[in-house]
Amino acid sequence: MNTELSVSLWRGAQNGRYETYRVPQRPSQTVLDVVTYVQRHIDPTLSYRFACRVGVCGSCAMTVNGKPRWTCRTHVAKVAGGGKLQIGPLANLPVIKDLATDMQPFFEKWRQARGVFAPTKTRHDAIAQIKPDTPVRKTADAAIECINCGVCYAACDTVRWNAEYLGPAALTRAWTLVNDERDGGNIARLQAIAGAGGCHACHSHQSCQELCPQALNPTAAIAGLKRRTAAAYLKGEITV
Amino acid sequence: MNVRLYLWQRTTAAVMAPLVIVHIAVIFYATRHGVSAADILARTRGSIAWAAFYGLFVFAVSIHASIGLRNILSEWTPLPERRVDACVVFFGLVLALLGLRAVAAVVLP
Repeated sequence: MNTELSVSLWRGAQNGRYETYRVPQRPSQTVLDVVTYVQRHIDPTLSYRFACRVGVCGSCAMTVNGKPRWTCRTHVAKVAGGGKLQIGPLANLPVIKDLATDMQPFFEKWRQARGVFAPTKTRHDAIAQIKPDTPVRKTADAAIECINCGVCYAACDTVRWNAEYLGPAALTRAWTLVNDERDGGNIARLQAIAGAGGCHACHSHQSCQELCPQALNPTAAIAGLKRRTAAAYLKGEITV
Repeated sequence: MNVRLYLWQRTTAAVMAPLVIVHIAVIFYATRHGVSAADILARTRGSIAWAAFYGLFVFAVSIHASIGLRNILSEWTPLPERRVDACVVFFGLVLALLGLRAVAAVVLP
């Protein structure tokens, strides 16, 4: 094992540059550990974002040696070939400073995709009885563990080419709700994702599926939405 | 691409799939059996079936290719949407015109 890592970190905003730092290499070290070391021991002005450090909050995603990853659960030994790391902000999002991106467009697209639960009952009704083993519930559960880290959004070629495209995370969230028996907002949701930037813009490159840290399959979710919106359009439930 | 264009592209692809197989099978048959150009024209001229077959083929190709080109232009060029639509409508009409001209050349008596 090398005793020292050569770590290039993005410094500045959109028009910044990479600067290289020497960081001691340790066993079981994560990429987030490396970034934290630089900030605490070398340059306290380094900006980055993290919260839980255990793969739950989805805050710490960055571009590591060219691929978007959740840095708190990415071991240096797995990604630092030859003791070198290049760490930048997530792609496809505006850079605020250094490794911190502005996530607003990402969450705005969740809103546009109607990624919010539309209740069909009130607090005065009995709690809905949902069987966990029905096919529709299993489909909803398959994508429910999304942590909103933005890795899929940064990995997506279509997001890079088409500014209107809602992206894998927002569409996966929409697919979860489409399959939620308790939700009553499906027609409006399918209408929202049937336009130019909706699910049909996806080219099925599957980078989202390959890099999702939760091992979800947004490509399959988007394929499901393509079928569901096509059926709704043919039935006249939605328009273009 | 919206849901309407998606359905047109998938439908035309589904139409083209068997047509391409028959088209290739005909080419193999003609080359392996030494069918001459005159023999082919003798069979196609005045044939409503071959006119319908290749007419449908040209129709499906013109729509399918235009929608695909629209995706490429809208994602890879800075052209505004209206300009892209105008370009691909023109492209589709040219494809249809050239294709139907070729069909007419072999099926009209």
